Amino acid sequence: MATIGVSAGVDEAPTTAGGKTGRKSGRDSRFGGNLWRAIRSNRKATVGLGILVFFVILAIIPQWIEPGDPGAEIYGRMLGPSAQHWLGTTAYGQDILSEVIWGARPALIIALIAGLFATVLSVLIGVSAAYLGGIADDILNLLTDVFLVIPTLPLVIVIAAYANHHSLSVLIIVLVITGWSYGARQLRSQALSLRNRDFLQAAKVRGEKRSYIIVFEMLPTMTSLIVANFLGAALYAILTASGLEFLGLGDTSSVDWGTMLYWAQNNEALQTGQYLWATVPGVCIALLGTAFALLNNAFDEISNPALRPVRRIRVKRTHS
Amino acid sequence: MRYLLRRSGFFVLTLWAALTINFLIPRLMPGSPADAIMARFHGRLSPSALKAITTALGIDTNQSQLTQYFQYIGNTFRLDFGDSVQTFQPVAKTVAAAIPWTLTLVGVTTILAFLLGTGIGTIAAWKRGGKADSILPPLFVVGTGLPYFWVGMMLIILFAEINPWLPVALGLDPGIETGWNWVFIGNALRHAILPAAAILITSIGGWVLTMRNTMVTTLAEDYIRMARAKGLSNSRIMLDYAARNSILPNLTGFAMSLGFVVSGAVLVEDVFDYPGVGFMLVQAVQNEDFPLMQCLFLLITVAVLVAVLLADIATALLDPRTRSAR
Amino acid sequence: MSSERILEVRDLTVEYAVARGSVRAVDGVSLDLDAGEFLGIVGESGCGKSTLLFAIAQLLSPPAAITGGSVHFKGRNLVGMTDKQLATSRWLDMSVVMQSAMNAFSPVKSIGAQFRDAIQAHEKWSRDRIKQRSAEVLRLVGIDPIHLRSYPHQLSGGMRQRAMIAMALLFTPDLIIMDEPTSALDVVAQRSLMVQIKELQQKLGFAVAFVTHDMSLVSHFSDRLIVMYAGQVAEVGRTRTVFDSPAHPYSKGLLEAFPSIRGPRVHMTGIPGNPPELINPPPGCRFNPRCPVAMPECSHIEPELYAVGDVDVRCLLHANGGARV
Repeated sequence: MATIGVSAGVDEAPTTAGGKTGRKSGRDSRFGGNLWRAIRSNRKATVGLGILVFFVILAIIPQWIEPGDPGAEIYGRMLGPSAQHWLGTTAYGQDILSEVIWGARPALIIALIAGLFATVLSVLIGVSAAYLGGIADDILNLLTDVFLVIPTLPLVIVIAAYANHHSLSVLIIVLVITGWSYGARQLRSQALSLRNRDFLQAAKVRGEKRSYIIVFEMLPTMTSLIVANFLGAALYAILTASGLEFLGLGDTSSVDWGTMLYWAQNNEALQTGQYLWATVPGVCIALLGTAFALLNNAFDEISNPALRPVRRIRVKRTHS
Repeated sequence: MRYLLRRSGFFVLTLWAALTINFLIPRLMPGSPADAIMARFHGRLSPSALKAITTALGIDTNQSQLTQYFQYIGNTFRLDFGDSVQTFQPVAKTVAAAIPWTLTLVGVTTILAFLLGTGIGTIAAWKRGGKADSILPPLFVVGTGLPYFWVGMMLIILFAEINPWLPVALGLDPGIETGWNWVFIGNALRHAILPAAAILITSIGGWVLTMRNTMVTTLAEDYIRMARAKGLSNSRIMLDYAARNSILPNLTGFAMSLGFVVSGAVLVEDVFDYPGVGFMLVQAVQNEDFPLMQCLFLLITVAVLVAVLLADIATALLDPRTRSAR
Repeated sequence: MSSERILEVRDLTVEYAVARGSVRAVDGVSLDLDAGEFLGIVGESGCGKSTLLFAIAQLLSPPAAITGGSVHFKGRNLVGMTDKQLATSRWLDMSVVMQSAMNAFSPVKSIGAQFRDAIQAHEKWSRDRIKQRSAEVLRLVGIDPIHLRSYPHQLSGGMRQRAMIAMALLFTPDLIIMDEPTSALDVVAQRSLMVQIKELQQKLGFAVAFVTHDMSLVSHFSDRLIVMYAGQVAEVGRTRTVFDSPAHPYSKGLLEAFPSIRGPRVHMTGIPGNPPELINPPPGCRFNPRCPVAMPECSHIEPELYAVGDVDVRCLLHANGGARV
């Protein structure tokens, strides 16, 4: 029997003027309260948020959990897991658990900062393109598409190869430059569909300045999509940064999950059975990536209710 | 037709942009990598190899940057990329050896992932509200958060170390001759399974989710209800009306995320020491073989651009609106 | 014209699952339709009229579902039938026309291809016969058959709408269900479409169930009129009677909201207030909070449908005067 998805229109639960099921209201006021409720009701979001919070804690106070210098090569080499070293040690005599815990900080810094700046750029370019229209739109569009199509990791690799010093800031700059285009496209689409909505026309007729309209009328309606984009950018940042580090193009002396994997591979950890060294940092990257992916997906659903899980009514078949 | 003209124009423009970026990056980097290179290689290279590098990096002070730029473009179209610093062979030749490996691995796997992912996404959206739809999508969402290289490493541990029935690295067992015979093909396939699996596992999630989401939106359209009203069979509606319409934005999405897939492929090749273009790029970077590196970057970019153009052509064929619209 | 009854709806109830529970969009609606009859269904937005229509055609999707009642169409109860069982009457006996033809046609298939799909779902006609019939119905609505090759976006709005009606006529069904097909058109196009529908109806003899919010428009063409409010039938009867002397205070309010262009100048009165939230309908009569002639018992007694002359009315004003329906 056919089970077709939700239809808008006829199948939308009838609401009244007083009802609040409509989400097309102009301003998303009490954003904080709605946001919290939205996250709590979406299982994916709660799981994602939980994981994220876990790592944030690790990033903020690593010294309380595992004090000392994580990179210190003072322990015995290639030790298996034990009471002193829960995850064993590396081929250089570093405590794996300590490295993993301290590695949370650079990972989060990269993800959040690169994600933030990439999103800002996406919003600026995407929304302006949509609102300005005409030639400006065409040019910005072209710019976006060009950056979108050029394959990112090869580009990042090439840039990193030429850069003499591989610092965190260079990494972040490169990630921002390569990561803004996807979001810009998405935001431009949504801004375009909003452009002709009545509440914006009303603001124009009121005589509001263009910048005012963009910032105070358009953006608030796009908040969930912007947040979804931020999470997507953060995901991109952490995966690409780890990839770079894994290839040895990051700061190889830093204590970072990707760098750990680089050293692990350099020392043939997989072949010599040092599985913990080779897997645990990767698990952390995967977990953090998953957290961002889940939250991203959740916000996609929040900004587009048509994607939310559908409830079925239990039908009592009466044959009369 | 105008649509195709626009897309071809875009192709040319992006190609030019990639070429120019390739030309500019070493010249824009602070700290003059050029000098460092010169210092490193001076005295150890033949004059022609040295010349190749200086041309590649623009240190050739005899000519203006602009002249060098045009020379560079000219060289590129003649497929003259200089000599590799590692092998002292023409770069073009070195690269050509790696192309078939990557083409088969990445090309086949990506298309497979796209088809499979689109199919699964279609079914998941169709059976909305059922068991499959509540378990699968979150699973695939998790999949999109996994790093390519880590998945590769996990596969190695599982299938090659703990349970050694698949080879752990390289494209071929040493000692096997390349050629169109079963030994070669069989062996190559065995070596390709794990890298292919890594790429498949990580990239399929994206296709599933985009297709599912597009389908869900499409299924809410009136013409689906109309199709039901006309008494069309479910499979007809799902494929001919819903999927047919949903695949269009998906194709565009496919084109847009190719860059990302290629990035992942580079990492996977590196993890498996698979002798493709990506692996070569990483080696080139690690050995500071700039001519080789530049050529590979260009090659990868061009490949993606061609794929995008193909996707655009497919869209034009499938969507009548593009044919008559701007 | 034979007055054979082709549609009998009894106590139909449709519920939607929402976060807080379920909403009864259609609550115990009954109606009849004879062959060749033109039935208009009017009401404001959210009263459940479109839901009713799609429920009758068995075209609802989750979260909506029929939770009670029956729909007897040509002797068979459609409620609870599987898609396979329904397919035998879909389009052959009952077809659908929707509000927006742009949305009702798949944008990537030609008009002719979509006509062909409808035909091939039921008959194994030859290519030629399909083409012939498709051209025939297009001509019926005044469209050049060359447009079978066109895509939906290549036709004008009015043409698309008429093409949709043509598609509905492919098998000359006994009943065509129309969900606000004129709402997206301008006033002039609306009228001409209505005239055309009426002509086709008289020529081909099909029955029409026509949903709209525009009471004055449909009243020129319908034989009988149903006024819906808050998921229930408020009034039903011969169009002329309902229009000239509405028995339900709501119908009265609706009619007074449409000024006559010719009559004397009257004071415009709307209906104050809003329709009730259906997740928790008010006790007693649902119109009571807005009713200008409400009586004390209206707030706790739910009125049934009472027959008053030519019409049935759900109002306590007529509770004693008429027989309960």
